[in-house]
Parts: sequence; structure tokens; C-alpha cells
Amino acid sequence: MSETHAATVSYVRDTMLPPAEAPVTERGAIKWLRENLFSGWLNTLLTLIALYIIFVAVRAVMPWLMNSVWNAASLGECRQIVAAAGEGATGACWAVIRDRWHQYMFGFYPRELYWRPVLAFGLLFVALAPVLYYGNRRAELTLTATAGAFVIAVLFALGTPFGIVAAVTVLMAALLALAWAAPKRLVWVTVFYAPVCYLLLWGGSVWAPVTAIAGFALLAAVFVALQPRVGVPVALGAGLVAAVLWWAYPDATVARALSSILPIGLTAVPSTQFGGFLLAITIGVTAISFSLPLGILLALGRQSNMLIVKALSVGFIEFIRGVPLITLLFTASLLLQYFLPPGTNFDIILRVIILVTFFAAAYLAEVIRGGLAALPRGQYEAADSLGLDYWQAQRLVILPQALKISIPGIVSTFIGLFKDTTLVSFVGLMDPLRGVTQIVRADINWKGIYWEPYIFVGAIFFLMCYGMSRYSMYLERKLRTDHR
Amino acid sequence: MHKTILIGALTAAGLAAGASAAATVDDVKARGELICGSNTGLTGFGAPDANGNWQGFDVALCRAIAAAVLGDPNKVRFVPTTGETRFTALASGEVDVLIRNSTWTFSRDTELAFDFVAVNYYDGQGFMVKKDLGVASAKELDGATVCIQTGTTTELNLADFFKANNMTYTPVNVQDDSQAQQQYLAGACDAYTTDASGLAASRATMADPENHIILPEIISKEPLGPVVRHGDNNWGDIVRWTFYALVTAEEKGITAANVEEVAASSTDPEVRRLLGVEGDMGAKIGLDNEFAKRAIAAVGNYGEIFEANIGEATPIGLARGLNALWTQGGLQYAPPFR
Amino acid sequence: MALAPDAPKDSFRLSMLIYDTRFRAMTIQVIVLILFGLAVAWLLNNTVQNLAAKGKTFNYSFLWVRAGYDIEQTLIPYTNDSTHFRALLVGLTNTLVVALVGCIGATILGVIVGVLRLSKNWLVARIMTVYVEIFRNIPLLLWILIIYVPISEIAPAPSAFRVTEEMQAAGQAPAASKILFDTVAVTNRGIYAPLPLFSRPLGSVDLGPVSLNLTFLSIVAVLGASILAYRALRARARAVQEATGVRPVTWWKSLMILVLPTALLLAAMGLHLEIPELTRFNFTGGILLQHAFTALTLALILYTGAFIAEIVRAGILAVSKGQTEAAYALGLRPNRTMSLIILPQALRVIIPPLISQYLNLTKNTSLGIAVSYLDLRGTLGGITLNQTGRELECMLLMMLIYLTISLIISAVMNVYNRSVRLKER
Repeated sequence: MSETHAATVSYVRDTMLPPAEAPVTERGAIKWLRENLFSGWLNTLLTLIALYIIFVAVRAVMPWLMNSVWNAASLGECRQIVAAAGEGATGACWAVIRDRWHQYMFGFYPRELYWRPVLAFGLLFVALAPVLYYGNRRAELTLTATAGAFVIAVLFALGTPFGIVAAVTVLMAALLALAWAAPKRLVWVTVFYAPVCYLLLWGGSVWAPVTAIAGFALLAAVFVALQPRVGVPVALGAGLVAAVLWWAYPDATVARALSSILPIGLTAVPSTQFGGFLLAITIGVTAISFSLPLGILLALGRQSNMLIVKALSVGFIEFIRGVPLITLLFTASLLLQYFLPPGTNFDIILRVIILVTFFAAAYLAEVIRGGLAALPRGQYEAADSLGLDYWQAQRLVILPQALKISIPGIVSTFIGLFKDTTLVSFVGLMDPLRGVTQIVRADINWKGIYWEPYIFVGAIFFLMCYGMSRYSMYLERKLRTDHR
Repeated sequence: MHKTILIGALTAAGLAAGASAAATVDDVKARGELICGSNTGLTGFGAPDANGNWQGFDVALCRAIAAAVLGDPNKVRFVPTTGETRFTALASGEVDVLIRNSTWTFSRDTELAFDFVAVNYYDGQGFMVKKDLGVASAKELDGATVCIQTGTTTELNLADFFKANNMTYTPVNVQDDSQAQQQYLAGACDAYTTDASGLAASRATMADPENHIILPEIISKEPLGPVVRHGDNNWGDIVRWTFYALVTAEEKGITAANVEEVAASSTDPEVRRLLGVEGDMGAKIGLDNEFAKRAIAAVGNYGEIFEANIGEATPIGLARGLNALWTQGGLQYAPPFR
Repeated sequence: MALAPDAPKDSFRLSMLIYDTRFRAMTIQVIVLILFGLAVAWLLNNTVQNLAAKGKTFNYSFLWVRAGYDIEQTLIPYTNDSTHFRALLVGLTNTLVVALVGCIGATILGVIVGVLRLSKNWLVARIMTVYVEIFRNIPLLLWILIIYVPISEIAPAPSAFRVTEEMQAAGQAPAASKILFDTVAVTNRGIYAPLPLFSRPLGSVDLGPVSLNLTFLSIVAVLGASILAYRALRARARAVQEATGVRPVTWWKSLMILVLPTALLLAAMGLHLEIPELTRFNFTGGILLQHAFTALTLALILYTGAFIAEIVRAGILAVSKGQTEAAYALGLRPNRTMSLIILPQALRVIIPPLISQYLNLTKNTSLGIAVSYLDLRGTLGGITLNQTGRELECMLLMMLIYLTISLIISAVMNVYNRSVRLKER
């Protein structure tokens, strides 16, 4: 009907007009501008204010950055070069970073041994791979390959002797093959990462870590031998006692004996040589790894029905969370000498790591408690109805889920902790921010330099923390399995 | 892993506990290394260079002690300490000796149970002001704002000085020397007060040293020296006499360059005793007789150390002043080696 | 049922302590308690031995010794003749004032930024994102150190405020002048603000180490009474509204109740402002807010503000859009929607993390050490500790005080949290 009508009536249009182009204010860049920047008087005002702020910031900083000096032997030389640029010119003196970058990165770690911390850092990611992507071959391969490429590239850039680079390449290739052939076996790298990392960073005889692992082996052996007969708690207790006895008495002697028989090891590097980002990462990573088991125990303790265990956990958590980290660091530096047996004295870095571990454990306990609380009640009841006892339920049902939910929180705790490692400079350690900068400024050549070191260190912190926070947001999205 | 290290360390320390109470010198020898409490970085007095080698006036004394006790000036480990942590580090045995421009005061010597065994630098607290402020004397600073580092004796001296002269001031507390310099240059304070040596070092590195003056008043006595734990007299003797050996060496004209030659040729009995050619000075403090010779050969005599690190030839440009030998009108006076 | 055998009446065996769940909890607790007691005893024993070995005693009598040092910012009277305890109090007030100003400032900034990050304005949203990311991912210590410098380099020196006779003759204005009706001087040494003073103060009552300031107390008392009266007025208005449906006009009455008594009291005590005046070197009189304070507070506000912004943003996003639409459907106006529907729900999400941010900020005030701000750590844990050499006493006392502050904050905020929490019936 309508077709015939359309065909017969001449004044009815039979072809569509092409759509008119949108008005100039409704298309292209102008539309975007109008909608996103000037969509009302308030927005226009905000845009103008924002533009002004950007303008002021750029005008203040640009000349200083444009006149950057990269090649100079001292601040005075920098000033001369900048002064040559014109009357009243300002300029950044990045030459100080060029001169001292290695101290910002490694502190006083011997220069010829830089490959050791770099390798330890690369292996950290290989060790993390099974934790993050257990059994996922592609992801583990990617991470291992990236870590390997990173280590080798950095070693080349540092001018490491060829032999070492070759050995590291072989090691990394072997790990890559392992990740490809048996991704689940990569977990052994994680298990043995701690002693290997210790050996790489501090050096010394290989036998100290080996005998220390023997303690754990003893624990496992006792546990496995006794568990069928006396049950989990007693077996675990006996294993712990055996291990502690081993560490307390024959451990050191055996290690010494072995190293006198077969002296293999790496050049020892004392803790006082540690500094810069090496120190910050060492403290951060060690503290977070050791605080994880402690934090889980504290979180379980806080949720426990046992009054005394609960009270102690709550007391510990609230005490640590109630005082500033800096007071804990001063405790490590000033008070531990009162609390430990007379004459006891050990490394300040170790003391700081212990206190920072406690600090991180209290925060992690709260994160994990959040994860435990987020689990639906039904999970606990289901575990109970299967006849699992407390530890079985925790190990098989509750903790895997609770920890998964807590991973983003754990990562943010780590970011916070990593930033807080800058506070160790107040007890005389060489953190990158104040410690190393103070040393650099004590050099007569660089005395009086202020901004450049801070900007350099701040930029590195930003890159690391921003990367981690992005990663944690990605995880959060990935792990969102709403089952409520 | 670290727990095991900790336990290992604890037990090792527990075993060592008995020993450390005994004699520091034995610990040092057993360890093969001297642990010296140093500054976290003070220009001219103690700071590591780009290669991580510590250098400076205080550092040289540490090296001299290491040379005397262990025979090698490089067998020193430097533990940086802050104003807050230094005395605890010494008291707890973390360091063997603290050579970190610490002022010898009554309460530190008695109450904190330390011994200041010598004075390696006679300092005093002074003021630096900008020339255009038109101030010629510290007595004209009534109402001024003064930048001052916290955690030292200087803040007490400052309060006392202004009180004694019936003047008022506003303190601007700063954390370290670089902050003080920045605040002072920005004009946040009229005057910057710290030890005169520190003022000179700051002034020397400014872009316009000619526009700043150090006021003539020295408002305090700041005898800076090496500190050891009270009660270990033998170790105190070693530190003290190593230092005095360096002073005596300057008095007798012995330098790092000519020490061997002097030892071979000198007929002065005190020089011969000092350098271990005759007598058994070293044995009396538990060392061998050539301890002083090694110390001098390693770092030079007192004057050489001074000139190399903070003297007038260096950018810091400190005059000997009170630290000249007593023969040249200063206060550095070594008791006789006999 | 009758056939069911009775539960075996087994006699108590020692192994039941471990294997019987009825007793196991008890056993574990006893073991834990014993271990804990042993650990405490070990620590105490070590401490006693160490103190004896160092020839030290554990007592707090040093708190009553003359301090001898000056503090740049004192909110309560203090000179270098005061005791260490007084210095502690000065430090405590300095800590609290930074915490208070910081919490308020960070909240305001955080809310603004949080809302602006959701703004449709592309540029503003980007700038806010950049701000949040930069501040969250760089250590606070660096921000304090960085902010400390420009505020001393940009502001004019006190001498720039001077009007010399030649300048007067030539009719020149000085290079800088006081702002806010010629009362506040922003200089490179700090901000000099007018100080409220009373010409007829009520004096104070001395109670040993602490003295009670009657002037302050009377103001607090009068203000408190006013607020109570105001609440009574509101309650009555609500009662009238519920009975009759018409709410009586109360705004002028509440204004009078709130303002008048305090104003009268202040006038009676002779309130006036002490305006800072330029002298030989500096401004004198008024309150001096030094750079250490400004830098620390500003850094804390900017740093914590970035975290609060994220919390606020998450809180607003957590309220589903359906809530707004439902409110509109009910005919509520946008501002009523915000105050009655959105905010109460968003607050429930916002408050718990906000509490922990307040706690963090309060603890982070201790970073004033980086710019030598003499807070609790600077006085008690810094100079006092250094001058007296009593690290054990000072550190323990300092931790105790920080712990108390934290517990008080979390207690107060938890009470508030409970009042806004969803009440499920």
C-alpha cells in the first residue's frame, strides 16, 4: 500500500537526503572540548584554573630542566656551566646522579660484585612466578623469561665479566626450561629462594645456609615420623623443638666444620656495605615474606575462640599498629640492647628487619582478617560438615580462599612498607632517600645540592610503587569472584 | 631463613658475650677488623667517596688505630651513627670506638659511662651571618632567628648564651647540615650556628662565600674526641696513645714519608721509643712495639691528617688555630712517651 | 533412643589434654600463657641485668629536671627553664595540633579531589588522577623534605616588609605587605598570625606539673552549655513538628543560643588580637607558624588527602545508581538526595578506611623528625633523650603516649562508625 503510494505520488521523496553534517559545535575536537572541558560555567572555570596551574608549573620548572647539566665533576662546575647559559639562569645538576648512581642503587656493595644483587633480584621474580600463577605455564614462562632478560641486560650494562654473564645466562635458561617442562616444579625455586638469596647478597660459606636448611629438613623428618603415631600437634611441637635445638647447638659448629673441610662460597659482604635501593628492597622483601606466616597466625589467633590466644594476638596487633614505625626503628636501634641477654649484639640491619617484620605482620594480620571475614559463613560450615578438623579446614578450605581475596591488600601493605623503608635513615642506615643523599652531600664536591637526588630517588620509588599498585588493581579485578 | 640466621647470631653472640665483656682489643684482633662509629657524612671529617672509601679527619684516626692494632689501615668497618644512636651503638658494643665529632662533657663522661680518651679537634660553637645584615658581633643578635641542628650540645649552648647576655632569639630547628645551609641561604634564619669547623665548611662551599661572615664570638668549648666504653682501660690506652703518637710525630717532624728513615737514623731517645726502635712501649698496652710506627706510616702525623682533610689547602680551609701544636701556640700537647 | 548406649564415662587420661577437643583448647592456652610469661620474664630479667651492668636505674625523675633547650613552637607556656616534663607536654600539643589540622585538611582535600576525580571535566579528572598517583606512590618523607624548601625560598624575607623613611618620603610601597587586613605576615621564616589575647584573663590553677587554664576552661564550658541548649531547642522543635506538623522557626534562636554567650564571655574577658610587628630582625608578637610545622602539615594533608580521595571515590561509586534514580522517582530534590540517600550509604563504606587513614596520619606526624619539628618524638624522644641519656624510659613513655592517642582516636571513630552503620534488625 504505502509502496504504491510512494511510487505514484510525485511529491513524496523517494531517496533519502544524506545526513547533514553535525553542527560544528557537535563534532570532532570541538565537541570533545565542549563536552569534556567547557560543559558549563563551573567546568569552564575548573578548566581555566587547571590550565593556569599547569602553565605556572611548567613555567617554573622548564628553564631549570632545559639547562640540565650532565657532565661535571662538582656542583661548582655545574654552577659555572649554568651561569654560562645566561644571566640568572637556573639549571639542574644531574651530574651528581651520573657520578653517584651506583651508591643510590647498591650503597657500598663492592662494585665488582654487583651481579649478585642483580641476580638475586631477578630470581625473586622467578620465585614469585609459582606464587602468583601456580601451574599456569604461559604466565610462568613469561615472567621467568622477562626476569632472565632483565638480569642479563642489566649485567651487560654494568660491564660484568663475560664468565659470570654466561653462567647467569645458563642458569636462567635452565629455569626457563624448567618452567616450560614442569611449571609446577618451579615451586622448588620458591622454597629455596631464601637461602640462595641470602648467599648471593651476604656471601660467605655455602654451608651456613645449607645447615640451616638441614634444620627444616629435621623438622619435616620428625614431623613425618611422629605424625601417624602421636598426631599433628605433638609431632609439630617435637619437630620444632628438634629444629630449634639443631639451630641452637650443632648448626654453627657443623657449618664451620664443613666449611673448613670444603671451603666453597662467595666473597662475604657485611651488612654495613648495603645501601640505597638494595637496602630498601632487602628490608622490604624480607620483612614482607617473613611477616606473611606470622600475619596468618596472628589473624587466626584474633579470630580464635581461645580467650588467651585471642587477647595476646589483639594486644600484639593493636600495640604495633598503635605506635609509629619510627619508634619501632628506634627500639631496634636503642632498646634491643636492654631486652636481650647482656653482651648480645647483632647486626643493626637484622634488628631493623626483625622489627619491620613485626610491623608488617600486624598490618598483614588485619588484611588477612578482612579476607577471613569476607568468606561466607557457609564455607566454614561446609568444612566442618566434611569432618575436617581446624587445621585441615584452614589449610584446605578457608586460607586458600581468604588469602586469594587478601592478595591486593597484601600488595598495598608491601607498597606502604617499601615506602616506609626510607625511615631507616633515622637509625643511621643508608636508605636511598636520606642516607645516601647525606653521604653524597658530605662530599665537598656535591655539598649544597638539594633537589636532584630527591627527584631521582622519588622517580624510582614512583615507578616501582606505581607498577605494583597497577598490578594489585589488575589482580583485584581478576580475583573478583562475587560469591555472596 | 633469617630466623635461623638470627638464632645463629644470638647463640654466637651469646657465646661471645663473655668475651666482649673482657677486652675490646682481643675482640678486634679476633675479628681482624676494627669497627669504628662514624658520622653519617660530615664534610672533611668523615664521609665515603664515590668508591665507598671513607675519608676524613676522624676517619684517619680510625685508620691509624687499625694500623696500630691490626697492622692494616684498611681493616676498618665504619658504622654510620646519627646524633641519637651514636652513644647507644658504643654502649651496646656495636662499635669499638666512636670517632664522630662528639663533644666531651661531664655528663657524657660520667653518667653515660664513657671515656673520652683524647681531644683530636678543639672546636667551638660560632655564628655565621650574611654580610648585608650589618652585624659584627654575636651580641647584636638580640631578637634574631637562629638555625640550629637538633640532637647536639649546640642547642643548650645557644640557650645559655642568649640567656647570659639577656637577649632573646627564635630557634629554627633543622635536622642536618644541608638543611641548615638551605634554610640559612633562603633567609629563613638570620644566623646559622654550629661548630666553627662546620661553619667554615659550609661557607667554603657556598656560591658566594664573600657575602657571609663568621662572627668572632665562639660561645662554647667543644672538645671533640674519640670515645670508648668506660671500664676497658687497656683499650682506652690504645686509642689514646695511638692518637698521641700522631701528635708527637708532628712535634718531632716524623711524617708518613720519612718514618722509616727516621726510625733507622734518629738518635732522639723519645723518637726511638715512639717508633719502637728501643724500649717496649707497645708491649705495655698489649700491642707490639711498632704500633706507632705503623699508625704514622699509614695516615701521617697529626699535622698531615689535618692539612690533608680540613686544612687551609683544602676547600674547607680551616686554620690550625687551637689545634696547632703547643709549641706553636695551640692546645695539641702530647704527654711524653716514656 | 533408650537403646542408645550411654556415653562412655571414660576416666580422665593425660593424653586427653591433647586429643580431646574439650580440653585441647585449654591445654593450648595454658601452654601459650606459660610461654608468654616466660618470654616476659626473660625480657624483664635481661633488662634488669643490662641496667645493672650499665649502672643505670629505671626511673622518671629526670622529667622534673630543667630542660635547658628552646622549642620553636609552643602552644603552652614554655621556656628553657621549664622541666623536661613540660617539654614533653609542649611536644605532645605540637603532635596533636599537626594531627588535628592534618586530619581536617586531608578530609577536606580528599573529599574535593575524590569528587573531582569523578568529574566529567576531562582535564580536571586527569589532573586529580595524576595528583593521587604521584602522592600515593612516593614516600611521605620525600614530600616533607620537598615541601620544606620552596616555602622558605618563595616567601619574602621580613626585611621586605620594612618601610624606611626614604621610602615613605618617596611614597614607595614596601616589597611585601601583610595580608588579611594587615594582620598576617607570610615570610620566609614562617607565618606570623595574630594571637588572641585577653586583657582580663581568669588566670589558672596550678596543679603540680600541670596547670589548668581557667580562661580556656570557661570558654569550653560556656560553648558546651550552648550546644546542649541548642540540642534541647532542636528536640523541642521536633516534638512540636511531630505533634502539629508545623516546625517552628528556630534559626534565630539557635544562632543566639550558640553565639551570644560565648561572645559575651569573650568580650567580658577583653578579647583582642595581638598583631605581629616588625622589629630589628623579625616580626614579634602574634603566633609564629614555622616552616617545619607548615611543611609537615602540608605534606601530611597532601599525602593523606590522596588516600582519602581514593576512599571517597570508592565510597561514592559503591552506591548504586538505582539509589539516585529511586530518590528522584520519590520526588526528592538533588541536594536532598545527596544528603538523605547517597551520603549516608557512601559514608558507611568510607568511614572504616577513613579511620585507619586518620590513625596513619597521626602516627606519621612523627616524621616531623625529618624537618626537626619538635613534636613528641622531637622533645621526649629526641632532645630530652639525648641530653639525659635515658633511652629506655623515654622510648617506653613515648610509645605509651602514641599508643594512647591511637587507641583514643580509634575508640572515638568506632563509636561514630557504629552510629552510622547499617542497623540490621
